[in-house]
Amino acid sequence: MWQALREELHPAGVEVVTVALDSGGAEAAAKWIDRAAPRHPSLIDESHLTAELFGFVNVPSAVWIDETQTLVRPAHAAHVRRSSFEDAEVPEGLGRITEMLREVKKIRRTDPEVYVAAVRDWVQRGADSPYALAPDEVVERSRPRPPGHAEAAACFELGRWLWDAGRRQEAVAWFRQAHRLQPDNWAYKRQAWSLATTAPGEDTDLIQGPTDLYEGNWLDDVRAAGAENYYEPFD
Amino acid sequence: MILDSLEVLADRFLEGTGWDVKERGACRGELCVPLPEGSLDADGVVRVEPVAATLGMPLVHDADAGLWAVGPATLGGRALPTAAAPQVTLPDRDGNLFSTSSLAGRKVVLVAWASW
Repeated sequence: MWQALREELHPAGVEVVTVALDSGGAEAAAKWIDRAAPRHPSLIDESHLTAELFGFVNVPSAVWIDETQTLVRPAHAAHVRRSSFEDAEVPEGLGRITEMLREVKKIRRTDPEVYVAAVRDWVQRGADSPYALAPDEVVERSRPRPPGHAEAAACFELGRWLWDAGRRQEAVAWFRQAHRLQPDNWAYKRQAWSLATTAPGEDTDLIQGPTDLYEGNWLDDVRAAGAENYYEPFD
Repeated sequence: MILDSLEVLADRFLEGTGWDVKERGACRGELCVPLPEGSLDADGVVRVEPVAATLGMPLVHDADAGLWAVGPATLGGRALPTAAAPQVTLPDRDGNLFSTSSLAGRKVVLVAWASW
């Protein structure tokens, strides 16, 4: 998805780095990477370290970093292509899937044309671009991080470690705690739900439906939060 | 950052938290926060408890697993305490490590995605 933009902008001194926030590691992410066949660095982040360091709470998200390795744009929803779900008709009669697709259509995404134009403007004009923020503004416009959100990150990490070690009952308790502490962190939720509902060797379960392990699930939580709040706007 | 001990080498602490613990304090880019005496010993070992307390990092303990998890700093109350980009070193799909520090001099768009 990012490959075309990267090829366009790479001669101008830009690199795209894609990072899969995937606790399932290469087993979960590799087939998607292979399909995209990127020429840019395409990395896998099992512990969601980059989310913690940059403040990502959902995907796709991005940050912009200038030549001096200074952030000029904090974490934001980054869409470079229109989702096929936005224009597709919602099929009736599929139960939960129908209900989910109705919510998916309500999700407010970054307009890909606006976003790609902003990236190009920054590449061309650097610090003179209105989309490149000064350091103080980058910090100010990064997400709030109260103590509870930082604790959620620690709980998620324990859950991820224990899940990977096969101690899944203990892992779920930590994932649940992370969800309670930071309910608007969709990465913590979607990752944990998906791990629990994806059978070994199967494709990742994108439905992320109700289980007896977690208090929430994708459909109910998106409805509760409001689909329009699923992504932070790029402004 | 997951730990099985509350003492950890400074290099590993930097990799896991983005904070470089030096004699003069904990630094991220040009932002340096003074630390209590004894936070870093002569062998480059960080005592995690005083550093975490100073930076507002939660330290969550799982006694059964014998592990601690250090959460991110809450200093300043924002996800980014400074605009200095933290360096990350991560594997690709074949396990080859790549460090974003190698991209100095280029503009970088770092994009998070997931299979889920």
